[in-house]
Amino acid sequence: MRFAPSSVRGAAIAAAVGAFCLAGSAQAAEMTGAGATFPYPVYAKWAEAYKAKTGISLNYQSIGSGGGIKQIKAKTVDFGASDMPLKPDDLKTSGLVQWPMIMGGVVPVVNVPGVKAGELKLSGKVLADIYLGKVKTWNAPEIAKLNPSLKLPKKPIAVVHRSDGSGTTFLFTSYLAAVNPEWKDKVGVSTAVEWPAGIGGKGNEGVANFARQTPDSIGYVEYAYALQNKLAYTQLSNKDGAFVKPSSATFQSAAANADWAQAPGFSLVLANQPGKTSWPITGASFILMHASQAAPARAAEVLKFFSWAYANGGKMAEALDYVPMPANVATMVAGVWTEQIKSADGKAIWPAK
Amino acid sequence: MRTEPPLPEACADNGRTPASEHAFRLLCRAAAVTVAGFLLAVFVVLAVNAAPALAAFGPGFLTTQVWNPVTERFGAVAPIFGTLITSLIAMLVGVPLAVGSALFLTEICPHRLRTSLIVGVELLAAVPSIIYGMWGLLVFAPFLANHVQPFLIDRLGPLPLLGALFQGPPFGIGTLTAGLILGLMVLPFIASVACQVFFAIDPFLREAAYGVGATTWEVCRNVLMPQGRAGLLGASMLGLGRALGETMAVTFVIGNAHRVSASLFAPGTTISASLANEFTEAVGDLYLSSLQALGLILFVITFVVLALARLMLRHIEKGDAR
Repeated sequence: MRFAPSSVRGAAIAAAVGAFCLAGSAQAAEMTGAGATFPYPVYAKWAEAYKAKTGISLNYQSIGSGGGIKQIKAKTVDFGASDMPLKPDDLKTSGLVQWPMIMGGVVPVVNVPGVKAGELKLSGKVLADIYLGKVKTWNAPEIAKLNPSLKLPKKPIAVVHRSDGSGTTFLFTSYLAAVNPEWKDKVGVSTAVEWPAGIGGKGNEGVANFARQTPDSIGYVEYAYALQNKLAYTQLSNKDGAFVKPSSATFQSAAANADWAQAPGFSLVLANQPGKTSWPITGASFILMHASQAAPARAAEVLKFFSWAYANGGKMAEALDYVPMPANVATMVAGVWTEQIKSADGKAIWPAK
Repeated sequence: MRTEPPLPEACADNGRTPASEHAFRLLCRAAAVTVAGFLLAVFVVLAVNAAPALAAFGPGFLTTQVWNPVTERFGAVAPIFGTLITSLIAMLVGVPLAVGSALFLTEICPHRLRTSLIVGVELLAAVPSIIYGMWGLLVFAPFLANHVQPFLIDRLGPLPLLGALFQGPPFGIGTLTAGLILGLMVLPFIASVACQVFFAIDPFLREAAYGVGATTWEVCRNVLMPQGRAGLLGASMLGLGRALGETMAVTFVIGNAHRVSASLFAPGTTISASLANEFTEAVGDLYLSSLQALGLILFVITFVVLALARLMLRHIEKGDAR
């Protein structure tokens, strides 16, 4: 027991120092945001680079999309972030402006002995049937037909899904609903759904862990997690009927085909986009800000950060396996800022001086 | 209700009470009122926030298993079932191990080892629950999946009735794993209180029993256990309270599926695991309200358990007095 008091004291000192540092940084200029966990790594990276350049820091709390929407509606933060786009009506009633900030892909991962990354081919319909519990074993004819050259075991499929509400699940279920009518009717699309089968892991890391540990399992994670954990991702057939592997290139192809200009409030889900080389489970993460700003100077600082991120954040995003928004979308977004985000007396805030 | 004891003679003899005594009593009373106030506030907030869900689903909330965020239909059966069953397993595993180790530490263990072992037990109680969760997920669950569950499924699965508890694919995670981890987690709590209980028993009783020729087993069974049962019950309730409310470790290993399954190997969920999983991303008022209704139910379950423990304790004390 002798060392315990000193370790307690050590912890207390560390906590005190931590609190002091927090208090110190609160003195400097700071933007606040809260929301989605999916884009958090890239926002953090941008914030670090932006702070080094301008001295303005970002306090982003990755509390989840639902929390982010609540916080921005309550005006406790400068911006909210959500993986699920709000519908145009919802934006109007709550007085919010929304735009896409960053994109990423979700990939199915399998742990089947002898099957390497990118070897297994699945169609959206079969993937949905697996998650519906209808295709139960790996040697089922539906899977065998797509993979004549692979020898798949006569074992039950262990289905792994997210247990927490998540933008990843939203993208995944959007895709399954788009390609499988039964999924659309029975389960639907949301950040959390009533899963017909399988076990739930908390967070991308939870699903990645289950998928890695449980033989004969299938799960779905963000692309970055599949790479980091060396999980065997699958190929998927896309809307044009071609089999594609997940990569920055196939995500970008899906994004390039997205028609942002025709989506009011940028409310667009990128699941199952057309294009021969498009990865079918791609999606954007969104930023939310109030249209009417009581503190225009502060809002302008936040918009400056996002503008800088559009212009300079691409490389950093790609290094983390995210997909930056195309330049034409960034221009469109800046137009929306000018048009919709106003100070209390009705003056446009963007472009900021 | 006991009345407030009179002031000690020393204070009362000159007919006045020192100000410090008054201040002390006031402070203590304020502390007690604050605690009670917090409790009441938690209950009120939970009840108010749970009201929309309870109004929408009525008593059906307690009897339906559906948990569908898309159609916004919710029922609490799966999490309530999971909470009770994992806590039951935890108690079945934790209490015998804890009492056994406490008896070893107080009666059998050589003196030189005793202190370090007791410190060890107390350190175990200080391990953060997420560590148990990660260990459960990364070490314990694969071990169960590879070595224990296939064996049990093969041997016990085909049995009638009992077999239903041991069927299904060996994922390694599920209700049983969560219950076992919880058992390990409550063990140090119960064991360390049980040690104190046994130490507190009058040494003369023990010496007298040994003096008339009782063996260690006889002393434990006929002297220590009956003497200490009120304390042991209290220790177990402390453990049960922890098991009912434990969140992180359970979330890691239970499989988080809103389903009631007969099999102990199947994934399930508990109230606190559901809250931890879904609260941050719950969109929609009815969804949030349903989660808070789960919280309210856990609050009530814990309250009932503690009330039952009180009743049992009173019963035991009455028995002792006779």
